[in-house]
Parts: sequence; structure tokens; C-alpha cells
Amino acid sequence: MIINHPILGPRDSAEFTYMGDAALLDRPDWQAKDALLQFVDYGYLRDNPAGPHIELWYHEQGDRSFLVVTRDTTTHQISSVKLASDVARGRGRSK
Amino acid sequence: MRYSGLRVLKEALTGHKGWKPAWRDVAPQAHYDYIVIGGGGHGLATAYYLARNHGAKRVAVLEKGWIGGGNVGRNTTIVRSNYLLDGNEPFYEHSLKLWEGLEQDINYNAMISQRGILNLVHSDAQRDAFTRRGNAMILNGADADLLSTETIQKRYPFLNVNNARFPIKGGLAQYRGGTVRHDAVAWGYARAADQLGVDIIQNCEVTGFRIEGGKCLGVETNRGYIKGDKVASCVAGSSGRLMAKASMRLPIESHVLQAFVSEGLKPVLPGVITFGAGHFYCSQSDKGGLVFGGDLDGYNSYAQRGNLPVVEDVCEGAMAIFPMLGRVRLLRMWGGIMDMSMDGSPIIDHTHIESLYFNGGWCYGGFKATPASGWCYAHLLATDTPHEFATAFRFDRFAKGQMIDEKGMGNNPQLH
Repeated sequence: MIINHPILGPRDSAEFTYMGDAALLDRPDWQAKDALLQFVDYGYLRDNPAGPHIELWYHEQGDRSFLVVTRDTTTHQISSVKLASDVARGRGRSK
Repeated sequence: MRYSGLRVLKEALTGHKGWKPAWRDVAPQAHYDYIVIGGGGHGLATAYYLARNHGAKRVAVLEKGWIGGGNVGRNTTIVRSNYLLDGNEPFYEHSLKLWEGLEQDINYNAMISQRGILNLVHSDAQRDAFTRRGNAMILNGADADLLSTETIQKRYPFLNVNNARFPIKGGLAQYRGGTVRHDAVAWGYARAADQLGVDIIQNCEVTGFRIEGGKCLGVETNRGYIKGDKVASCVAGSSGRLMAKASMRLPIESHVLQAFVSEGLKPVLPGVITFGAGHFYCSQSDKGGLVFGGDLDGYNSYAQRGNLPVVEDVCEGAMAIFPMLGRVRLLRMWGGIMDMSMDGSPIIDHTHIESLYFNGGWCYGGFKATPASGWCYAHLLATDTPHEFATAFRFDRFAKGQMIDEKGMGNNPQLH
């Protein structure tokens, strides 16, 4: 698989480490009343779709950036690659 | 019809006209006591033990394709019970005992071959870990033997014990482990279940669950609605896809694991051997092909095919311990979809929806577990209490912090 890195261009996926569902970007509020339940869901439950999946790839053998990649789990086709920091800032976070 | 040597002789002399289909081709009835979704090894074993151990009468196995077309036909056929943790080891040892008596039980030649499995040790720390594991196995009634480098060199002269980077420092052997003809497991269980009255319905895909008031009443299929008093999901690999139809999220990711077969060779490899420094395991099939595999590709996939970096990695593992394989040609390779759970251990439990049960999360240890999985799942379905060997395989172990994490990898399904 080739991942088209937003800064470095097309890179072999072997340079990356897969870090799971991109829903992991959004940690629950640790002060919420039901924080414990929310963290169990966050830590252990996954949507695991057959089809487009939004996921995190860490460029461990490269620039150490986290990417948010949209990839079809039935074909391995990659349709979108963004920097995770851009995605997080887009949701109003500082980093 | 019972299979026997006498029967083969009789059929040979009478032109093989007496053989009948091993199971009936039936249309689904409107209502069953038990509906098992998934006609793989685990589903068929579940149906068989429901009928055999619990006297269940109206049991259906629904299979969207054909019997044995899923993971039971896509694995590396190894059986063993060399686990460490208390939640796992009694279960897998029960499974190995069931394998040992399976052929007589279901009257089917599954070519069970207890040729032994050897896990190689490459460092002092690994020897400590394997010593501990061997002791845990023995405590649970399994067999284990810690071998020295000298013994290994004598028994397996083709192994490169002096590899500069990964010298072989010993090994943990389980002589009762071995291989089984995987397709025969599906066919044998299907035939035995069918003889006890189980309806095996192929080309019947579950398209949804009918759930009212928190209770599962039956399943929608491409062959119409089927009412079921108890509905049992048993589709490891596709668990995410199926349980999404019941709006359930699971502690599971689906990953692809590749397996490989070489061209046929004369007997070169006694037993199953695993490489402890990389991830590589290998055995030789009765046809002569070397059957081997390694790591997951490492990302969510339902594609049943992997990518080349893992092929290279697996072949490097092979060369590191079996330099003699350098000129062997790869014949074919394939990918199977694994239910990778959050702690690397399976789930056999009821769901929060009444009358809906779940069996899955087998990671890549599902094949060896087939008989015990069916045995324990049937027990759960029939009695509504977990079997004593499967009490740890609960959904709520993640919330309660009672994970069964053999490798200590945490909630990283791709690393188990």
C-alpha cells in the first residue's frame, strides 16, 4: 500500500505503524459523570466497519507525524490522507 | 451410514454405488429452538454438541456460502494447548483432548496427527518465559518438555542453531500437539450433526435480526424470516459485520492474516516448529507442501488478501531458522480474516440482548479451539450458564479489568 503523505508525498505503508480507529483522537471528558463507562467504550469497543474506515497511521520511519487515513477495508483503497494535527485543529483543538 | 474399513472394502467390490451425501440439503423451517449463524468449524461443532450433549432437537446452522468455506478452510491446521494463563489453558487442553477422541466420536477421518510442536527459544529471558509456560501447562494437565540446544540439534539437524543474531538456546515441546486435516473437521462435524437431526442450511445469509423489547426473536435471511428461541452468532472474522446488524459494537477489530504453502517436498519437517525471535511457524502437510505463516498485516481488513511486506517478513523468518528452504518455491498464499480481540482472547457469552449469544474474537487461534469452542458454546446455549472452562471468556472482562492477555500487549488488537 502507498500512503500519500500530505507533506512528504507517496510513501510505502511499511514506513508507518498502524494505530487503529481515528475515533481514538477524541478522548472522553475525564470529568464527566459517566467517565468510566465512556473510557471503557473508548478503550475497548470499535465500529470495525467493512468498507470505508477512518484510521490513524504513525509515520514512525519518517517524520513521526500522525495521519488520518480513510481506507476501504474490503479493497485497501485509500481515498483521503490528512495530518492528524490538522484534523484535531479543525475540531477546535489546540493541537 | 457408518464409515469403516469394512465399508470401504464392500463399496470397492460393488462399484462404489452405496455412498450417500454426507449431509442432507434442507430448506429452512419456520421455527427452530436454536439457530447457529455460521457454518464453519465452530458453528458446526456447536450444533453437533447441542444435539449430542444436550439432546437439542430443532437446531439449524445457517451458512451464507458453503460449509467449510470460511476460516476453517483457510488456516494452518495446527492444534496445540501451550497457553500460559489460567483463563485459557484449561479450555485449550480440553480442546486438545477432544481432538484426540474426535475421529471415533464423529466417525470421520480427520487425519489428526500428533506430530508434536516445538517453540524455539533464542534468549535466556525467553527460556525463563517458556519454562514458566511449560510449568503452567503441566499444572493444567497438558504435556510440556523443555529441550536443550543439544537435543534440538540432534532431533532437528536442519535447524541453524548458530545463527549469529538469533542462536537457538533451547525449545519448549508439546508432543501431543500436531496438525489436523482442516476441511475434514468441517465435513465430519457437519455429517455427525446432520445424523443427529441438525438442519445445515447453506447459501442462507443472515441479513438482520428481529429484536423486539430487548429480546431477539429470530433472524431475517435471504431465504426468509426464521424464528429462533435462541440465536447464536458464530462467525469469527465477520463478527463486526454481523453484530452491527444488531447495533452492537464489539471489542474486536477484523485483521487479515496470510498463510503460505510451498511446492510439495519429500518429508523434511517432523512436526510443527515455531521461530521465537521473529514470528514464523511451519509444518509439512501430508501432501508434502510446507504450510507456514507469520504476523498479521497489521491494519483493519476484510479483504481476505494481504500485502507483500508481510510475505517478505515471513520468508525472512523462514530463512533465519531453515536455511535449507532457500530454494523452495512458494506455491500459493492466501489471507483469512481474523476477529482480533482487545486482549487476544476469545469471547463466548450472551449479549445484552436476550436470547442472542455470541462466540468470536478468536484472533488467530480459532482452529485449534474448534471442538472446545463448540462444546462450551453449546453448554452456554443449552443451560444459560458458562461452561467451567470458558468462564473467563466474558464480554464484561474489559470493563472489569479481567483481561486474558497472553502477550501483555494491551488493547492493541494488531499486536496480539
